[in-house]
Amino acid sequence: MSAISEKGTWARRLTIGLPYLWLVVFFLVPFLIVLRLSFSQTALAQPPYLPLLDLAAGWEGLQDFVAALTLDGYRLLFSDSIYIASYLRSLQIAAFSTVMLLILAFPIAYGIARAPRRWQPLLVTAVILPFWTAFLIRVYAWITILQRDGLLNEVLMMTGLVSEPPAWLATDTAVYLGMVYSYLPFMVLPIYATLEKMDESLIEAAADLGCPPWKAFWTVTLPIALPGVFAGALLCFIPIVGEFVIPDLLGSSDTLMIGQTLWTEFFSNKDWPVASALAIVLLCVLLVPIVIYQNLQTRAIEERR
Amino acid sequence: MLSDNSAEAMGVECNRAAPPQAGRVLLGIENVTKRFGGLTAVDGVSLDIMQGEFLALLGPSGCGKTTLLRMLAGFEKPDEGRLLLEGRDITAGPPYRRPVNMMFQSYALFPHLTVAGNVAFGLRQEELSRRDIDARVTDILKVVRLEGLGHRRPNQLSGGQRQRVALARALVKRPKLFLLDEPLAALDKKLREETQSELRELQRRLGVTFVIVTHDQEEAMAMASRIAVMNEGRIVQVAPPAEIYEQPNSRWIAQFIGDVNLFEARVIGDASPYLVAESAVAGPLHALRPGGVSPGTDIAIAVRPEKIHISRATGKLPANAISGVVADVGYLGDFSLYKVRLDNGATVKAAVANVSRRAEPPPALGERVTLDWPAESAIVLTR
Ligand SMILES: Nc1ncnc2c1ncn2[C@@H]1O[C@H](COP(=O)(O)OP(=O)(O)OP(=O)(O)O)[C@@H](O)[C@H]1O
Ligand SMILES: [Mg+2]
Repeated sequence: MSAISEKGTWARRLTIGLPYLWLVVFFLVPFLIVLRLSFSQTALAQPPYLPLLDLAAGWEGLQDFVAALTLDGYRLLFSDSIYIASYLRSLQIAAFSTVMLLILAFPIAYGIARAPRRWQPLLVTAVILPFWTAFLIRVYAWITILQRDGLLNEVLMMTGLVSEPPAWLATDTAVYLGMVYSYLPFMVLPIYATLEKMDESLIEAAADLGCPPWKAFWTVTLPIALPGVFAGALLCFIPIVGEFVIPDLLGSSDTLMIGQTLWTEFFSNKDWPVASALAIVLLCVLLVPIVIYQNLQTRAIEERR
Repeated sequence: MLSDNSAEAMGVECNRAAPPQAGRVLLGIENVTKRFGGLTAVDGVSLDIMQGEFLALLGPSGCGKTTLLRMLAGFEKPDEGRLLLEGRDITAGPPYRRPVNMMFQSYALFPHLTVAGNVAFGLRQEELSRRDIDARVTDILKVVRLEGLGHRRPNQLSGGQRQRVALARALVKRPKLFLLDEPLAALDKKLREETQSELRELQRRLGVTFVIVTHDQEEAMAMASRIAVMNEGRIVQVAPPAEIYEQPNSRWIAQFIGDVNLFEARVIGDASPYLVAESAVAGPLHALRPGGVSPGTDIAIAVRPEKIHISRATGKLPANAISGVVADVGYLGDFSLYKVRLDNGATVKAAVANVSRRAEPPPALGERVTLDWPAESAIVLTR
């Protein structure tokens, strides 16, 4: 009897513990490594940073290690405007992209949710179809479309809209295009999920109570879809801030996004401590929207109770 | 099935209802037809809805009740015909410009708004001050007994409370016409009966014209001052509940409303004010003769089970009586339903009220009995 219940509690502990174990191994441990790196100094050595923890020296080794940690990485970060500019640019691109994604994705999600039931799986598949091709290849494809003698300019010249082929590549337009294109499914799907659950008779009820359709959109549809909008915005904003591939392949090299700066510090300058400090600050910046979202979420759940 | 008692009660209900001729027409439905593809959901319906009445649209599933109601609310446009609200053509008007409100079968409460927010929603669409809105919301919540629940969300309410929010949300708009689509379908039996009398009471108090859709005939009988019976997209009879029950105008309605014994017969003679009809199952039967029925006409004689008197066979059969053997007795509390097998194999149903002090024990299974009824209780149906 007691053996069974003991076994039961162990099984329970295991199922509850597994996700935590996952978080510890794949999030907390790497995070601690990066955190420790961010307080180190660069060195021409292998590995390219100091101090190293000498476990053989025991307690004294640990004391030496802690004493040798510095804030130099962070100091550099805030003294050179290049890094601040990089953060601001990332946040700006992420914010604008998210707004554009919202404007584009909402009608798409709405259209799918209001389409006949039997068409909906097909339409959802169409939205996620690009995932069948590797991300990198899709971004490369945009290069061939946007380059000076690429598809876009060919069409523009043919229709006579422009006389000189404009440069598309290495512009902000190209970056925004790539972002919106790549992240669209992440915005459409959560919004669709909330709209799909919405009872259509709510709109009729609104009309019945004297509310014309355009007003019902703002007073009924949008508030009900808000959790999906928040989820989608978060799913897009956070990865876009740290995006590397799209600005690297489609953007110009004069202003870098934080992902590119990080890459440069890490691989070109071999400055692991500064790269790590960059990553830690980025994490703190991204924590803000996540915490706001969490708050909204718990409030919504409490209200539902 | 309604017992003798409730049939009497219905007579009272009938008196309660204002005679429709006296009132003024609120909404005229003129020859309205609605098709979905090849299917005609509502087929040339004409009906005058009177100011202040409580009208029930009653009919089997799929007969077009909801479709008709949705046309009144403005959610569907009739393919043919007109709707005149107080003489004004509203056929093409959108729902948000009609002084008509509807209570949805699913209630359709806004999940993101509180109870008070839901109720105030309709008022916010009008040019009203905050104070007026608050006052009217408070008033109506009191009327539907939801005071103190204004801050709750719809999902924090019971089914019955939700139903009352839906009611309040529509009524607070003070509509000229209030439409209810199966408003009680989601409630359990006891709550449903309570709500029935509450709705009737509310309607009388507010004087608003109610049109309720239901496929439950008892519900229609209990609440409405007038019932419009629908079948296959058409209205087949409009009358007060008692008249629908006592004077159905076709075999179909007689069978649809309540329980009935139908004897197919041919008129063979006249014994003014009665007619005599020969029925293959029950022999010669007498019934009050309606106009336009002459000898040779094929008719059906309908007799409600509770109108049939059942007694032990004595050997001699009076007029308008048949004889058979008790084949089944269903005890239903307030009355028992007897199934009597005639000698030719047909079955006749008779309801016996279970009055407590009886002179003799009721007939038992297998006993031979005589069934008879006054000729006045028989209904002659030509359609
Ligand atoms: N939007 C629609 N498209 C196609 N057919 C419809 C539509 N709405 C209703 N119908 C059809 O019209 C007929 C009448 O439907 P309606 O909903 O009015 O019936 P009802 O009397 O309300 O039935 P119930 O008691 O089951 O609610 C049905 O055959 C239904 O399938
Ligand atoms: Mg219906």
